[in-house]
Amino acid sequence: MSAPIIEIDRISKSFGALRVLDELSFTVQPGEKLALIGPSGSGKTTILRILMTLETISSGHIRIDGEELFHMPKDGRLVPADERHLHRMRSKIGMVFQLFNLFPHKCVLDNVTLAPILTKGVSKADAEREAMRLLEMVGMADKARAMPAELSGGQKQRAAIARALALQPRIMLFDEVTSALDPELVEEVLNVMRRLGEETDMTMLLVTHEMSFAHDFADRVLFFDRGRIVEEGPPDQIFRNPKQERTQAFLKKIIAAGQRV
Amino acid sequence: MEWDWAFVREILPTLLDGVRLTILATILGSLVAAVVGLGFALARRSRNRIFAKGIGFFAEFIRGTPLLVQLYFLFYILPDLGLTLPPLVAGVIGLGLHYGTYTAEVYRSGIENVPRGQWEAAKACNLTVVQTWRHVILPQAIPPMIPALANYFIAMFKETPLLSAITVLELMNQARSVANYNYRYLEPMTLVGVFFLVISLISVIGLRALERRFGRLR
Repeated sequence: MSAPIIEIDRISKSFGALRVLDELSFTVQPGEKLALIGPSGSGKTTILRILMTLETISSGHIRIDGEELFHMPKDGRLVPADERHLHRMRSKIGMVFQLFNLFPHKCVLDNVTLAPILTKGVSKADAEREAMRLLEMVGMADKARAMPAELSGGQKQRAAIARALALQPRIMLFDEVTSALDPELVEEVLNVMRRLGEETDMTMLLVTHEMSFAHDFADRVLFFDRGRIVEEGPPDQIFRNPKQERTQAFLKKIIAAGQRV
Repeated sequence: MEWDWAFVREILPTLLDGVRLTILATILGSLVAAVVGLGFALARRSRNRIFAKGIGFFAEFIRGTPLLVQLYFLFYILPDLGLTLPPLVAGVIGLGLHYGTYTAEVYRSGIENVPRGQWEAAKACNLTVVQTWRHVILPQAIPPMIPALANYFIAMFKETPLLSAITVLELMNQARSVANYNYRYLEPMTLVGVFFLVISLISVIGLRALERRFGRLR
């Protein structure tokens, strides 16, 4: 086993009196596809938000590529990271959101090229060439000049995926990316993600309620409840032979709600 | 008392000079208010609590005192402290500062109306704080504020006669001086009213167009 790309080391996170993550630890190998499942409020989205530095942690350590995310070395000690350190660390990570969060005042193409031009100093022509390649891949090349308001939810999400890919992150976070979509639009987004999984060696962390997709897509599944990992393992084990009672109860509920797993 | 058209023709050029200066003061005051308001709004969001509170108190202080008093301070009292300003400059600063405290509130609500997801997307795109403001937040926040800002600029326009108190030769001041000189108030003051009414009406029509174009800030 090579060195992990993500090391989560006894992190805790509280919102006021509410403890969302409780001494949580796990590691992720480079290129691994990880599905995070569990009841809502179990802390799985919070993990992605923390990795993207949208939230801070109350205690613990996170290392990306062996380097501290929220801390930096100074005079031989670890001190809280400054904005510059966070900026550098963020360049390794990309995120796709449940509600897309496209920039509504920019066309699809400009949404994709904005960050490469601003943060990597890529020329406009090069950024647009690369953006068109990515839009081609997500099936949105013909909508490059469309404004976000003119798009369906599935199209918005595919554009948002292209935007996140444009910065060539090593780690990609998908936060319930199909939860806000009409049912008939879910598949077009999942297809894009399947292709990504096959064609790239990006490390992917996926929070999802689509159990059958998680089953096919992930190398490993983590089942969360109340801020802790209750059970983890390969998809077949978690979905077909869950050992923990809470995992079994959760899957039973999901199946009762009509989903295939 | 009878309306004297010959007198009207005689004083019209002087009054038109005043109109020009009134419009100039309004435009410059609006520019200052637009910039100062943005400054106030950003300063109040500062992470430095003491700075944010200090600016907030300063803005509250300006809003809570009459513009006329502020103009007197700028024009008649600052020279005692060694800073002498030309009348128009003092007037523009006074108008801009005073209305800047109101436009700050417009900016504040406009900025708060940008969904949190936009800040998060900017962070996920690894934009710096300055890039986030410039390319993501302000371009979305400003268009819906334009009608509300324009509303304040029209209100400011109607307060420019206060500048006559600090010797700016704007419309009101010109009208008063020709009236005093000729002992006739009917025509000059009526014309002042008419000028303000016409320009206000035109501005309000423009404002409606802006509201249709950009929508109203909720």
